[in-house]
Amino acid sequence: MSLILLIEQVLNGLQFGIMLFLMAAGLTLIFGVMGLINLAHGSLYMIGAFCAAAVAGATGSFLLGLIAALAGAAIAGALVEIVVIRRLYRKDHLDQVLATFALILIFSEGTRWIFGSFPLFLNVPDYLSGPVTLPGGIQYPLYRLALIVVGLVVGLGLYLLISKTRLGVQIRAGENDREMIAALGIDIARLYTIVFALGAALAGFAGALVGAIQSVQVGMGEPVLILAFVVIVIGGIGSIKGALIGALLVGLTDTLGGIYLPEAMKLFLDPATATAIGSSLASMAIYVLMAAVLILRPAGLFGARA
Amino acid sequence: MIRETHVNALTLALLVAIPLWAVIADEPFTITLMTRAAVFAIAAVGLNIALGLGGLVSLGHAVFFGLGGYAMGILAHHAQTYTALSEWPVLIEGTKSMPVIWLTAIAVSSLAALVIGILSLRTAGVYFIMITLAFGQMFFFFAISWSEYGGEDGLSIYVRNGFPGLNTLDPIQFYGLCLALLCLVLVFAWRLAKSPFGLALNAARQAPVRVETVGLDPTRLRLVAFVLSGAIAGLAGALFADLNRFVSPVMFSWQTSGEIMVFVILGGVGRLFGPVVGALVFVALEHWLGGLSDFWHIYLGLLLLLIVLFGRGGLIGMVCGREAVHD
Repeated sequence: MSLILLIEQVLNGLQFGIMLFLMAAGLTLIFGVMGLINLAHGSLYMIGAFCAAAVAGATGSFLLGLIAALAGAAIAGALVEIVVIRRLYRKDHLDQVLATFALILIFSEGTRWIFGSFPLFLNVPDYLSGPVTLPGGIQYPLYRLALIVVGLVVGLGLYLLISKTRLGVQIRAGENDREMIAALGIDIARLYTIVFALGAALAGFAGALVGAIQSVQVGMGEPVLILAFVVIVIGGIGSIKGALIGALLVGLTDTLGGIYLPEAMKLFLDPATATAIGSSLASMAIYVLMAAVLILRPAGLFGARA
Repeated sequence: MIRETHVNALTLALLVAIPLWAVIADEPFTITLMTRAAVFAIAAVGLNIALGLGGLVSLGHAVFFGLGGYAMGILAHHAQTYTALSEWPVLIEGTKSMPVIWLTAIAVSSLAALVIGILSLRTAGVYFIMITLAFGQMFFFFAISWSEYGGEDGLSIYVRNGFPGLNTLDPIQFYGLCLALLCLVLVFAWRLAKSPFGLALNAARQAPVRVETVGLDPTRLRLVAFVLSGAIAGLAGALFADLNRFVSPVMFSWQTSGEIMVFVILGGVGRLFGPVVGALVFVALEHWLGGLSDFWHIYLGLLLLLIVLFGRGGLIGMVCGREAVHD
């Protein structure tokens, strides 16, 4: 029983971590290449979820919804980059924080304006619903398992894109020396727009996938955004590998902490107090983890620059 | 170009004149709005010490604002339910006295700022922004799960706390108290910027290596600035809770941190009256735009974007130019 629970919770943690990775990969890429801190990344996650819910609701096809999420978030990302973000690269972090905070206000209220304050629902398609039996007789929801697989595939694709393709070479070169690659004749403005749209598409994709297990509503992006920040700070800003490991650490800590910290507290406290203290400790656990990592390694686990 | 001192004088005059007009015209709601602006201004003056003078982009000042609020909430809650805060090792009882609450709020938030500062100042740049944000979230989630003091619902305090010799239930008297504290905090910030410490802190922001070369420790300067900044934000939090007679985890939320930062930048970073102008304009916008449209955050967002993209130096910077940045 307790082993099955443990395996289930580890899978939940992996699934949560992989979704965080999709968010964090975009954030860390945008910071690594453009040096931009983007608070509005959570809004792109929200846009993806709303596009998916609207299209899937209208056509009845989950797959079309996912495509709409990717396209919608990428287009929104490219537009925002061209209209606003482009003017922020040369400014300091303070201006970037404020301008992207302003973008959050605009996106959130704009979405509320269009879709209203009530949450939308995105249903898991029939072919992915229901439980699946894993080796060892563990019942686990198929959809969550699919999320893990899809996330890993996207992660692998991202790795191949960065390490094997011409665009990947340009992105890595942009991280190291942007003046030099501009001097070599690469259209740096176009590269930045592509990277931003790529990050946005990843965020929108994650939003759509998670939207099917939670409700799709205004403000859904910000909690995830902050967790994604925690992830990239733990992993080291600019490092995709760091983002993956950070995301899995955060996902597992949050999920397992929520279950096992209250249990652990029961060893020395009475049950009611243990549950109360344990669950409040669990909700803080990832921030404690982050503080600990930063104290030991101020530039994160795989960070090159501080 | 108008001189910055003239803008400052005009702002002070408005802070006195508008509430006086409101008393004569019998518009208590305007007084409440002005009190809100004054309290936000105190928090923003606090943040400006870290942000403008020290160059520390803290996205976690809601921690101190919230701690101030909860210091008030917890003390007043125990006073109104006649229960002791702790019976062992020493008997601590709740209180409804503002000065005691303020001192507690300042003490608690400076202690938190000291701990958070020591940990966060090991990092710089983006890492600093994010670690302060993470500390904010830590407190936010703690407050939500702390069911003894209301958890997610927060705490209501039925009667505003008292100040010796004043009737704090009268809006204008409570406003006067907040305005007096705002002036006190402004004088403090002004004296601080002119003091050897302020000059060293300013230098540590602009050229940390040189400051280190002359034998000063930039991290220690920043830590002191962060603690002072947090203490002032804590005081503002206690006042904000008293204004609303309510505290909730929202005070700890990262939107609160963002808003305090917006006050500073809207008015002008590093300028003495920047936070005051920013808070006044924000509250005015909140009131007027909120009356025009339910979606007023869109207009606020657009305005902020325009200021960041085109108006360096905030509103004061637009009116006065860049003259006083280095005085």
